[in-house]
Amino acid sequence: MVMTRPTVAQSEVSALRARRTAGNSLPRDQWLDRLGEWLITLGGFSVIVAVLLIAFYLVYKVVPLFQPAGIELKADFPTPLPGAGASLYLSSDEYLEAGFRLTASGELIFFSLTNGSPLHVDRVSLPPGAHISSLAVDPESDGLLALGLNNGSVVLLRPRYELHFEQQQRRVSPVVDYPYGGDALEFAAGEDLQALAVREDKDGVTLVAQAASGLIMGRVKKSAAPGARPDLRVIPWQLPALPLASKLLLSTDKRWLALLDARGQLHAALLEPVEYFRGVSVHPASGPVVDIDWTSGGQSLLSLGENGIATQWFLLRDAAPGSNRLQLTPVRDFGAAGAGGQQLAAESQRKGFASLDKSGFVSLFNTTAQSHLLRRQLTDTAVTRVALSPRADAMLVEAADGRLAVWEIDNQHPEVAWSTLWRKVWYEGYPEPEYVWQSSAASVSVEPKLSLVPLVFGTLKAALYAMLIAVPLALGGAIFTAYFMAPAMRARVKPLIELMEALPTVILGLLAGLWLAPILESQIVGVFLLLLILPLIILLAALGWHLLPPAVSARIPQGWQAAFMVPVIVLVGWLCFTLSPVFERGLFGGDFVAWLTQDLGVRFDQRNALVVGIAMGFAIIPTIFSIVEDAIFSVPRHLTQGALALGARPWQALSQVVLPMASPAIFSALMIGFGRAVGETMIVLMATGNTPIMDFNLFEGMRTLAANIAMEIPEAEVDSTHYRVLFLGGFVLFAMTFVFNTVAELMRQRLLSKYRSL
Amino acid sequence: MNSDRNRQWHDWWRGGEVFVWLNATAVAICLVAVVGVILLLLVRGSAHFWPASIIAADYAVRGEPAETVIGQIRDRETVSLEQLTGSGIELASSARQVERILLQVGHREESGEDFRWLVVPWLQQLRYPSKLMLVERREWGNLYGYLRGLGTATEQLSLTADLAETDPAEEELLWRAFQRSIARARAIDARIEALKLDQITDLNYQLEQLRRRQLAAVADNRKAVDKTGLERELAARRSELVRAYEELQNRLEQYYREIGEDSFQVLLSSGEIVTEPVANVIRAYRPNALGFVGRLRVAGNRLWEFLSSQPREANTEGGVFPAIFGTVLMVLLMTVLVTPLGILAAVYLREYATQGLVTRSIRIAVNNLAGVPSIVYGLFGLGFFVYTLGGSIDQLFYSEVLPAPTFGAPGLFWAALTLALLTLPVVIVATEEGLARLPQSLRDASFALGATRLQTVFWVVLPAASPAMMTGMILAVARAAGEVAPLMLVGVVKFAPVLPVDGNFPFLHLERQFMHLGFHIYDVGLQSPNTEAARPLVYATALLLLAVIVALNLTAIRIRNRLREQYKANDL
Repeated sequence: MVMTRPTVAQSEVSALRARRTAGNSLPRDQWLDRLGEWLITLGGFSVIVAVLLIAFYLVYKVVPLFQPAGIELKADFPTPLPGAGASLYLSSDEYLEAGFRLTASGELIFFSLTNGSPLHVDRVSLPPGAHISSLAVDPESDGLLALGLNNGSVVLLRPRYELHFEQQQRRVSPVVDYPYGGDALEFAAGEDLQALAVREDKDGVTLVAQAASGLIMGRVKKSAAPGARPDLRVIPWQLPALPLASKLLLSTDKRWLALLDARGQLHAALLEPVEYFRGVSVHPASGPVVDIDWTSGGQSLLSLGENGIATQWFLLRDAAPGSNRLQLTPVRDFGAAGAGGQQLAAESQRKGFASLDKSGFVSLFNTTAQSHLLRRQLTDTAVTRVALSPRADAMLVEAADGRLAVWEIDNQHPEVAWSTLWRKVWYEGYPEPEYVWQSSAASVSVEPKLSLVPLVFGTLKAALYAMLIAVPLALGGAIFTAYFMAPAMRARVKPLIELMEALPTVILGLLAGLWLAPILESQIVGVFLLLLILPLIILLAALGWHLLPPAVSARIPQGWQAAFMVPVIVLVGWLCFTLSPVFERGLFGGDFVAWLTQDLGVRFDQRNALVVGIAMGFAIIPTIFSIVEDAIFSVPRHLTQGALALGARPWQALSQVVLPMASPAIFSALMIGFGRAVGETMIVLMATGNTPIMDFNLFEGMRTLAANIAMEIPEAEVDSTHYRVLFLGGFVLFAMTFVFNTVAELMRQRLLSKYRSL
Repeated sequence: MNSDRNRQWHDWWRGGEVFVWLNATAVAICLVAVVGVILLLLVRGSAHFWPASIIAADYAVRGEPAETVIGQIRDRETVSLEQLTGSGIELASSARQVERILLQVGHREESGEDFRWLVVPWLQQLRYPSKLMLVERREWGNLYGYLRGLGTATEQLSLTADLAETDPAEEELLWRAFQRSIARARAIDARIEALKLDQITDLNYQLEQLRRRQLAAVADNRKAVDKTGLERELAARRSELVRAYEELQNRLEQYYREIGEDSFQVLLSSGEIVTEPVANVIRAYRPNALGFVGRLRVAGNRLWEFLSSQPREANTEGGVFPAIFGTVLMVLLMTVLVTPLGILAAVYLREYATQGLVTRSIRIAVNNLAGVPSIVYGLFGLGFFVYTLGGSIDQLFYSEVLPAPTFGAPGLFWAALTLALLTLPVVIVATEEGLARLPQSLRDASFALGATRLQTVFWVVLPAASPAMMTGMILAVARAAGEVAPLMLVGVVKFAPVLPVDGNFPFLHLERQFMHLGFHIYDVGLQSPNTEAARPLVYATALLLLAVIVALNLTAIRIRNRLREQYKANDL
């Protein structure tokens, strides 16, 4: 080892000595030394801590996803205007400032959610002698309420909260809107409307009601002229005899109707076309049903059984072949049998709901995750009604003892659970459980699909194809360069291949996406041809070398085989691509891609795994190459010389002596290369279509964890579930590469100790 | 005899000659790939600048009358007859393979398409008329045609539409006048740009500062100090600025009027003559009439424009100067951040920390972090630096403009910091290795001379290890300059109207978003609406990025070598 001694340092040291002999400032030097030690320790330690902070920060961002829901009492006050009777309906505004309750006598009471004082009181103008006998709400339409009266008419109204900003202070002032006039609209003259369903669209309102004479359907059109009286037109409708409904629900698209009868049986009816009615009676396993509701968006139905078990139902095509009947299918059960169920309350922006049982226990569930998030008894006395706030961050609880409580719910990320991330999930509108990543939903009513499985799959797929291409080339290249290559050539080749490492991956991605992908699409046959012909050429080259007369071969310097192969490869490659159309016409009818997709049924994307494999393989070759090359080159020469002296051929010495010695380094290089392929972003982003599919097909793309983060995080709302799940994806990536790198590092240390023993 | 030969073959196979050749082939493939990629970049990248010849030809689709096409060949490929038939082209040809060319025909406002695929067998009478000109325009891409007329404030020149009857001398006169007119328009344009860049940006900045002061005054409602006085002062200042602004606007309009005076007429391939404003012209030249030197001059001109000007037409034309500036500035800032921190950590680990299990595991952890995917660092940068740190800075110092973020949004500083974190392990590892390689005797000598540990570290150890530090820095720069993925999260934008450095205090605006060559490649190459037109520019940008990285690397290597020379052992 060459010892280094700095000349400048020497002169400085002698200067120091001069100062010391002069005998001044010694305490200052020591004081400075102490300070320096302290500062460097602090600084160095904090830098290291900062670097390690990354892992902790990722965890810190991910942990809230898995925290259980909590609930705590925020306010408790006597029910406002208790004289008006119990509430038929309860709701609140988004900011938890004002609540609303509607009583059987038609009182509309807005009250403060902090102390229960009435803010605004109104009254539905009921015809004399009439009272409210049924109520329906359309949650997708800002909470439009339809009140069914016992005289057969309907009142439509909407409690609304106006926002004012005064001196940067938010003030909520509640009002009642009557978008279709304040008067009762006649629906079924003189008949009691025992159940009612309502859906509003941009033109008007569709109503379905249970009158004494049967189910009737009607439509209220928005009047063109303001102030004109809207009329309710009853759509004549032929229905099979269905049991008398105690509760009715109409789907968002008004295509089907769910009906709960007095005996607790659930029925579904398809309303398409309107004249045609097909009923399906269902007897759920949970026993008689006491309450039904939509999940948000109205894509699936929730039922609460008498035994307290809730069930989610999808309307699905019959699985039996030939039959195309829609069937109400139970998908998931929630909760355990216990005290009898009393009421369901679905969240309006997420796929969650709350259930209330007869003993006053409230449970929170999420349908996607099938998780029971919370179960708690909120009051000792009987609870008459619960309601969730619009953001499901609070619950209003009305008790029989005349008190009303506001409970704050902390339930940020109910849709994420181990099962939604890693298992197949049966999403709304899907015929069967699947792994799906589809985070950017078009509307809140679409279920977020956050399975990480397709992303991890895509990551591994990309990395594996890249390794498939990189490993043979890098290993072979490193072995030849380190062991066989002439030193003069090695001195040029090694920096050249290591130059590849400096090539930014964005350039590789660009070449892969814009240049390589179209070429591969049209010349794919040539690539396969090359793969077939190349081994043959290698064999021929070796044979030719062997058969050269000794007089000739002795003159050719050793270790230049690679240089000889360069023009051969260029020539063979050119030949393959020139011949590719000939073969394509002969074997695949002139168009390989068409043959692939039509005759074999294999899907083909222009930007596929092959393109990614080649481009990313190119990116990880230098990583693997330089580690392996160094390791092989530094295997002590006397070992191979010993083997050669014992009569081994160079290749035998290499494979029997050198490679086993260097094997830990080779393994370590593969691990590091794999880790790099797993985390590579730009190449995958640019060279694939980025569709999250689960298919090992060489001719289709993939979406990797890294590319997914790069694409989606700029649009994810800070600290939302989506944002945190992307951080979780980052953490998974971190963990994967950390494992690979640690294994590689341990291997490297083993190798070092091996060398040291020699 | 037979078995003898068999054994011979067997021995040959066992001897592994084939495997040696296999490995040689692997090296050869790697070499072909590296050299191929670099050559590809060179060829495609420089093609962006080189003015190709303009062809004119008659194109006769079977069963239709021939039309004249004019343009530059951008690509050619050979396709099988089946593929052509598949795309709806019926060709009566005995050949199995057909060549087709991608012709840039320009005049995008007419057809919406800049390019046309033409089948070579249908092309007739290919010719290279020397009078054909290419007009590079500010909008709508190139224009190919014959110059027929020029109208300025003082003169009207025009030629007949019939090319055969044109007097060459007159045509030359017109061409000279056209070039003069372009030169004049470019000169006015330069004045406009200067006005916009310097004064109007300045004014806007001052107005923004004024707005902030006003907001701060409003927000500060506790102090009942003489607010009306302050408000009056601010209002006065404001109206002063607005007046200056209006004056500048007037001057601008004057320039716009002047530049809009000239117009020229072009005879297009369709036979129609269109009139175009000269103000829109970047440059016009006749490549077919140019010799090698002439073309080289045009290429140099285009190269200079590419390096020094702003992008045009949604980044698909013009220059990439802001991206070069952003890349280099970000890397420099990153280097300034990462070098001291990395060295501090390495010195602590090697010179101060007690060597044991803890330091060993820290070392492994730091080593591992070098292998953590860059996108994870981006995620950390976005979450921690931008939203957490930046959000807090905004709360503390820029609360008057909230909710508009200042540091709480992606920006230059956060990008540099994120990349500094990304490259920190590299610097730490390299510096540590350098420190470990120094002989203990060196330190002992220093101690024996009575130096304290701090003095030893500062005056003996660090200078001797400086080549290793430089190596770490080189590796860091090499990695940071090519990194794009984390930047997409923490500060890069596709178009930044202002540079992060300007003449307004504090001159270096760390909170601004910036452009970056790597992101430019990604964005223009794959996200732009007109990728075909942008393709040459993307390759040129890729070549430039490679050049910048190589240049940064070479500079750092030279510095390292010089240091190495300086501290070379003078033999023990």
